[in-house]
Amino acid sequence: MENIEKVELTCINCPLGCALTVSKDAASGELIVTGNTCPRGADYARKEVTDPRRIVTSTVRVEGGTLPVVSVKTERDIPKGLIFEVMKAINSIQVNAPVHIGDVILADVCQTGVAVIATKNVCAYPERT
Amino acid sequence: MEQHDIVIIGGGPAGLAAAIAARDEGAEDILIVERDHQLGGILNQCIHNGFGLHTFKEELTGPEYAQRFIDKVKEADIPCLLNTIVVDICHGNENESGTKIVTVMNKEQGMIQICAKAVILAMGCRERPRGALNIPGYRPAGIYSAGTAQHYVNIEGKMPGKEVVILGSGDIGLIMARRMTLEGAKVKVVAELMPYSGGLRRNIVQCLDDYGIPLKLSTTVIDIQGKERVEGVTLAKVDGRGKPIPGTEEQIPCDTLLLSVGLIPENELSSQAGVEMNPITNGPKVNESLETSVKGVFACGNVLHVHDLVDYVSQEAGMAGKQAARYVQKECESKNADRDISVVKEEQLRIQQNNMIIELKAEQGVRYTVPSIIHIDRMEDTQVVRFRVGGVYANAKIAVYAGETKMMELKKRIMAPGEMEQIQLKKDKLQELVEQNILTNQITIKVEE
Amino acid sequence: MKAMYDVLIIGAGVTGSAVARELSRYNLKIAVLERASDICEGTSKANSGIVHAGHDAKPGSLKAKLNVAGSQMMEALSKELDFSYRKNGSLVLCFDEAQKGALEKLYQQGIENGVKNLKVLTGDETRQLEPEISDTVVAALYAPEGGIVCPFGLTIALAENAAMNGVEFILNTEVKNIEKIGHEYQVIAEEYEPFVSQTDCNKGDGTPRGNRKEYEAQVVVNCAGVYADVFHNMVSEEKIHIIPRKGEYCLMDKNVGKLVDKTIFQLPTALGKGVLVTPTVHGNLLVGPSAEDVEDHEEISTTANGLSGILDKAALSVKQLSNRQTITSFAGLRAHEEKGDFVIGEVKGAEGFVDVAGIESPGLTCAPATGQYVADIVTKILGRTGEVKEKTDFIATRKGIPHISELSMEERQKLIRENPAYGNIICRCEMVTEGEIRDAIKGPIGAKTLDGVKRRTRAGMGRCQAGFCSPKTVAILAEELGVPEEQITKCGGASRFLYGDTK
Repeated sequence: MENIEKVELTCINCPLGCALTVSKDAASGELIVTGNTCPRGADYARKEVTDPRRIVTSTVRVEGGTLPVVSVKTERDIPKGLIFEVMKAINSIQVNAPVHIGDVILADVCQTGVAVIATKNVCAYPERT
Repeated sequence: MEQHDIVIIGGGPAGLAAAIAARDEGAEDILIVERDHQLGGILNQCIHNGFGLHTFKEELTGPEYAQRFIDKVKEADIPCLLNTIVVDICHGNENESGTKIVTVMNKEQGMIQICAKAVILAMGCRERPRGALNIPGYRPAGIYSAGTAQHYVNIEGKMPGKEVVILGSGDIGLIMARRMTLEGAKVKVVAELMPYSGGLRRNIVQCLDDYGIPLKLSTTVIDIQGKERVEGVTLAKVDGRGKPIPGTEEQIPCDTLLLSVGLIPENELSSQAGVEMNPITNGPKVNESLETSVKGVFACGNVLHVHDLVDYVSQEAGMAGKQAARYVQKECESKNADRDISVVKEEQLRIQQNNMIIELKAEQGVRYTVPSIIHIDRMEDTQVVRFRVGGVYANAKIAVYAGETKMMELKKRIMAPGEMEQIQLKKDKLQELVEQNILTNQITIKVEE
Repeated sequence: MKAMYDVLIIGAGVTGSAVARELSRYNLKIAVLERASDICEGTSKANSGIVHAGHDAKPGSLKAKLNVAGSQMMEALSKELDFSYRKNGSLVLCFDEAQKGALEKLYQQGIENGVKNLKVLTGDETRQLEPEISDTVVAALYAPEGGIVCPFGLTIALAENAAMNGVEFILNTEVKNIEKIGHEYQVIAEEYEPFVSQTDCNKGDGTPRGNRKEYEAQVVVNCAGVYADVFHNMVSEEKIHIIPRKGEYCLMDKNVGKLVDKTIFQLPTALGKGVLVTPTVHGNLLVGPSAEDVEDHEEISTTANGLSGILDKAALSVKQLSNRQTITSFAGLRAHEEKGDFVIGEVKGAEGFVDVAGIESPGLTCAPATGQYVADIVTKILGRTGEVKEKTDFIATRKGIPHISELSMEERQKLIRENPAYGNIICRCEMVTEGEIRDAIKGPIGAKTLDGVKRRTRAGMGRCQAGFCSPKTVAILAEELGVPEEQITKCGGASRFLYGDTK
């Protein structure tokens, strides 16, 4: 928001989809949101222009599992600008079966302080006897 | 023959929730039949977050949401037949009136016939294929329904394409636009026939806008190029009736076309079993207990009508499970030979008096209602009625009429076909209206602008 | 090194397969060269699936002769070779009193051609027979001998039986040149890699590379469908010209498959040739075809006008036809020879080269008779230089793969006990099991593509159009054929499904 005078957004809080405009008060530096119908819209807009964040969901390769990949997510949201870097990190690793929901796959992805965790159970492929 | 009180067909979110609720209501003998090798249904491939906000007050991914229910089913020790397909549901023989025979097939046991007192249909839905749209052009490889692509990417870890056009802006289409992009594909455009998206606002922002993927409304695919693999598609704008407008054509090179053009409840088994269908939902007609036109056969989840949120599927399925359990208990009671004839007669009389059957009618912007029939004596204190509207309405009202009398209205800032709506009917209120002769046999639900 | 044969057949469609099967009765070395990745990939896979009674063809024509003969052979053959056929009868509808003369003429023509049991019905009689027929129908020609057949089933049955009797089917092999050197024909072909390798995919357009192959044969039989003129013209100065005539179809859901029981044709009107509405042997409803002459021999795209045109025309015949029941649409090319009749026989000035060209409708019906007719010509040609002996060990019958969904509980139970894979449903719309799919891949001419599996088992032909089953079928194909899933194609060439792993 530092260098931009006005940002236009669509509110995601409800199907109304208000067209929000965020501008900066020249004197106070405060963020002014217009176009919102409810306070949730203003909160969303402020957060979205100062620190937009997203949860990333993807999959990670599994060795020796009943499935070739296990689904994962970032435990909390991460800065939106880091999505593709986080994907790169997720794509570069591989885990061994079994995997359980909540298992930490990557402790601190891209120095965000956020862990990537498994969202599915994948059993180990039964050993041949 | 193997016997069970309740056989649940489908181990997805609906079947799981129905099983748990039936057990909570006291049903001991339940069997879940699932065709896949695992429980959880389509949630297993919906690895994105956004599930469970209503149910668990937290945001889960599909597999996590499913696992919470799977764990409960395991705790309750409810048996499941996996890798098993239901071939047929039919009525039992005359000696066991009211029972159903469910024929299933699997590798280990071959064909098995299961006798059930009640059946809960929870088979879910399938995607509308290209053929249903009659999109002209060649028939090369590279045309997938969005769900098939989702299976490839999220379950099998395979890429079905690299340069992608998506037709249909329902949530699966939007989710797949982001998913393919994150996996390195170039999603060139999402085209939507209607002048509005069928998907959630949040998905448009977070799946398309975040990645600069254009959404073209009132646009469709009018030609597919490529004889072996897709080489491109032609898009065109459509007029108000959905007809392509000449001169608006735009050719887009791509190797993949994903279709997210609607879901169809999978009711072939239901039809075979003689269940009466609602042509609007493509699902069974049900009463307040989510019981179909065939006594003892209940339906819930996407086989009944396509839902927008899985939380509502779980709620609805819970109701079906509970009612199926009660049905089984009642059947047992009425078969109890020791009962005093006079008590039975008295009960029958009471039922006749109170058994007011109310038909729910969808009109004027309301496309359908689930349920479509309410027996007032059997309804819960509060009855949820779910439906969808046929267009986008801003600042409109949902009005409910008993005969000519408006019995309630609900202001809505926005309604759209992509989202399910609901109203709640109170039992005491309905009884009151009946006594006043205001409510006779029909409740009408409509949109008023 | 050249491969030497007594007979080379170009084209593994229904006609080529029928010729191969009839010739496989003799002690001959025979091969069928097919450009596509599977048998039944051209006209034979995209047509009406009708066994015409035989009243349409001009009396005295080859079409008339082979039609009536083929139609009469079909029922017995369906039992011998185990393919789906039903004698459901057909009706030609007349919508206009003024057209009744034309209907009568069609009746007379049928009688002259030798069609049995023909009858002209009034409008009411027609509606009594088929209640859904439009009220505007004033009369109809009823042909109880008309039938329906699975076009894939017929073609595959003929080809497999030929293969069982020693005929080689050489797929992915496109004939490029034919030249007579001495008494033999030298056939130059290009053989394509059956599977696209990952490197090919990454390098360029994914089109497989070809390898040059040479064959030599005493007799060449040209059953090349829309390309028959190309091969004919390589050996003859008297040129023929095949015009690909495109026909578009809509296939409808099984829940409207019983809308009509008989095949419903329309008497040609001032508005042009009508379209047919028919149940298929598998219980769907088929509507079509349009008719449009096209330049491109591969032009099998459907068009908005074509599809809406056939649905509009079909609505004239039956009352309650809804477009919403369409599950897929497709187009096929009919090989129309400009003179109008089949061109079958040894080519003048090219001894040992036999044309079976211009095989448009009713070519599917004719196929069994055409096979015999051509086999007769070929054995006579070979008889000029030596004796052609019938085999003593010819296998006349063939058993197809079981269709679990059509069996009784007990039969299914028995099969599943023998092979549990018959208890694992892969395609839930058509109820096709893993066992059937594996059988299709391991068969005498095994399926190597998803379309190949589909034509042999019906997996993916149902209402969801392979949404659920294609990943599973692709995995089974890859496992049985011992290749990575990425190399499995829809129908050969560059028609692959997958582009490698996600990560």
